[in-house]
Amino acid sequence: MNHDIFIAILATAVTAGTPILYAALGEILTERAGILNLGVEGMMLVGAVCGFIIALNTANPWYGILIAMLAGGAVALIHALLTITLKANQVVSGLALTMFGTGLSGYIGKSYVGMPLPAPFHKIALPGLSNIPVIGPVFFNQDPMVYLSYILVAALWFLTFKTRSGLHLRAVGENPAAADSMGVNAFQIRYIYVVIGGMLAGIGGAYLSLYYVPSWMENITAGRGWIAVALVIFATWNPVNALWGSYLFGGIDALGFRLQTLNVNVSPYFLKMLPYIFTVVVLVLVTKRNMVKRIGSPQALGLPYDREER
Amino acid sequence: MLADALPATIAKGLKESMSNSYLVELKNITKKFPGVIANDKVNFNVKKGEIHALLGENGSGKSTLMSILSGLYRPDEGEIIINGTRMVFKSPRHAISAGIGMVHQHFKLIDSFSVAENVILGDDRIPRVLNMKEIEKNLAQLSLRYGLHINPASMVWQLSVGEKQRVEIVKMLYRGSQVLILDEPTAVLTPQETDELFRNIKEMAKSGRGIVVITHKLHEVEQIADRVTVLRKGNSVATLERDQINRQELARLMVGQEITTQCKRNTRPGTQKVLELQNVSCLNDLGLSGLKNITFEVHSGEIFGIAGVAGNGQRELAEVIYGLRKINSGSILVNGTNITGYSPRQMIDCGVALVPEDRLGTGLIPNLGTIDNLILKDYRKEKMNRGPFINWQKAKQKVSRLVDSFEVKVSSLEAPVKLLSGGNLQRLLLAREISSKPQLLIAVYPVRGLDIKATEAIHELLMGQREKGTAILLISEDLDEICKLSDRIGVLSNGSITGIISSDQADINEIGLLMMGETGAEAI
Repeated sequence: MNHDIFIAILATAVTAGTPILYAALGEILTERAGILNLGVEGMMLVGAVCGFIIALNTANPWYGILIAMLAGGAVALIHALLTITLKANQVVSGLALTMFGTGLSGYIGKSYVGMPLPAPFHKIALPGLSNIPVIGPVFFNQDPMVYLSYILVAALWFLTFKTRSGLHLRAVGENPAAADSMGVNAFQIRYIYVVIGGMLAGIGGAYLSLYYVPSWMENITAGRGWIAVALVIFATWNPVNALWGSYLFGGIDALGFRLQTLNVNVSPYFLKMLPYIFTVVVLVLVTKRNMVKRIGSPQALGLPYDREER
Repeated sequence: MLADALPATIAKGLKESMSNSYLVELKNITKKFPGVIANDKVNFNVKKGEIHALLGENGSGKSTLMSILSGLYRPDEGEIIINGTRMVFKSPRHAISAGIGMVHQHFKLIDSFSVAENVILGDDRIPRVLNMKEIEKNLAQLSLRYGLHINPASMVWQLSVGEKQRVEIVKMLYRGSQVLILDEPTAVLTPQETDELFRNIKEMAKSGRGIVVITHKLHEVEQIADRVTVLRKGNSVATLERDQINRQELARLMVGQEITTQCKRNTRPGTQKVLELQNVSCLNDLGLSGLKNITFEVHSGEIFGIAGVAGNGQRELAEVIYGLRKINSGSILVNGTNITGYSPRQMIDCGVALVPEDRLGTGLIPNLGTIDNLILKDYRKEKMNRGPFINWQKAKQKVSRLVDSFEVKVSSLEAPVKLLSGGNLQRLLLAREISSKPQLLIAVYPVRGLDIKATEAIHELLMGQREKGTAILLISEDLDEICKLSDRIGVLSNGSITGIISSDQADINEIGLLMMGETGAEAI
């Protein structure tokens, strides 16, 4: 494999990893607050379709991103209402929302399937940085949403581990009763981060329909939402690890795609399975590592909090 | 009394000025939970600089009352008055800013956080971006000022129970609490740690704070309280001054009737070794060393008590003997037969019975009825079945007989047992275990969470079994219980037996030292 193809695969790995990264960052925040959101796939799909329709009609992808964010957040708000206020089972609510999102996006997007996007995002080579060998073309010759994700990773890492708000976020996910008894509003924090998580999932979905494909087709996410959920464990709930993890998954995605074009004699169905096989393998390895190193999920993950519970 | 002698108007004025010196007044507090009235028009107050004990049995409403004061629960009726001003606490945040700090019985600490992170949690006065180094420095100074030794940088999961409690107290002092509520603070402490805690409490009271100690231990009230308020079944029955406090009176107020405690034994322990452990070691759930070279024996007709702070290998010990946990080395003998590696089923057949720590999870099946639960151990015996079917008629006969003789109060034999009270659950569990006529009975925390009357009943059952020649291994964190019932006491600390003492020579301080891991000479 020559140098150019290698660089091209790496650059595609970043692009392919970005939608997963956005969704995973959202899920990290949500799970850090103690809520398991299995509706990521659905929220990505709703974001993807809404973002596409708006971008198509306004000919401005930024409006698409904005609306995708709001749409993802709106679906997440349903999850928040069900799991935080009504204390419904988080797994059931999340699964239901994935199914809901899949159906809803298919319905809304029916007449838009296959339509070309007049103004998708374009690559912008960052002056200076993009001239660095290997790193430049891989990381700094990308579209604005990729650059935005770099900033987001750093910002969320800082927020989670270095600020008062981050301390409160982590506290609520670890032990909402303890946080509540110290005057941290556990309910409010859970609401905020579930909705933000949904917003980021919406952006991740819109990235697919506004840049990666760029077009709308039914079930455009093809399980990326689920990979994002698995990735959160791989990343040990740390935004920086999510960055590398996403690119790893993106890389496998890109590799499969490349192998097809290079006429390697492997069934395309097998290549399409690769990221998911990889997900299973990674989960097994990482779970084992986490057990040894005693890195656990947030202690209160998946548990509703009821102040007057006896 | 002085007020009675004065004219009514002056007396009224005097009372008012007195009421102004209260840090906290709770008036006619009522709180209902589905099916229970936890607090029924309760009155309670705290003065500056006093240690006020809140005494009552489990379920008398102590914790509920204090949860209302700390803003966790909202009262259905009644008033909270802080420094003379009426307050409504919408959340713990309001209570904290009004100077009320509560140290819960089950610590509200985040294990994966450092001490400092736990202390500053919820504090909005610090900068948005955290400078942990500086925060840790300030906390070290604060804790030093009150003689509470903690290291702000250490992780909470590494701390001992006593240290965790100090973190809880520092947390409240950091938030400027004027009233400090301690919920059953000594439940998990060694006697030495308890002494240190009491010294700290007295120090804090001297500095003008009001301290509320929630407890059901009478000797603690005698030891530290300036005043005591007794709660019974959700009502405040009486408030006594220091010079009026005496144990009999308190017990009578708390329970509502006289209690007679006697545990004279009529027989001597036998000489037959029923249970023998030889150099038993095992791992705990984390894969670390759980038990280390445990060696002891229990004779027929003997109660062997295992003392120690919970979490030092008690659960592992019971599980190992019952065949629920694998051992790495050593051997376990029952009546001389090596039973190492036996399954629980085989243990049952050897005549071993277990009353586990978690009575509603491990001991009984919460959603099944009394009949189902009581025949769990002998449904496969000849008498109970007809081929592959259970003979429900026989089962029912046996169960009603047991329920009667063990005085279990059930509404129906079919109703799920999770609806029963703690005392009834424990009777039910003991009924099942004792009816299998065991040679060895392992009882883990048998009276945890029970009220005085239920405790007495369970103790009588255990002593009755001893009279019948059963060997009993009693694991408990309540030293009084251990000393009262046991013939010999083994102290478990960090997975090792640090000493075995005969109970007539038992000295609470010596046991305390052993509990902290200082190995003593083996008497007997």
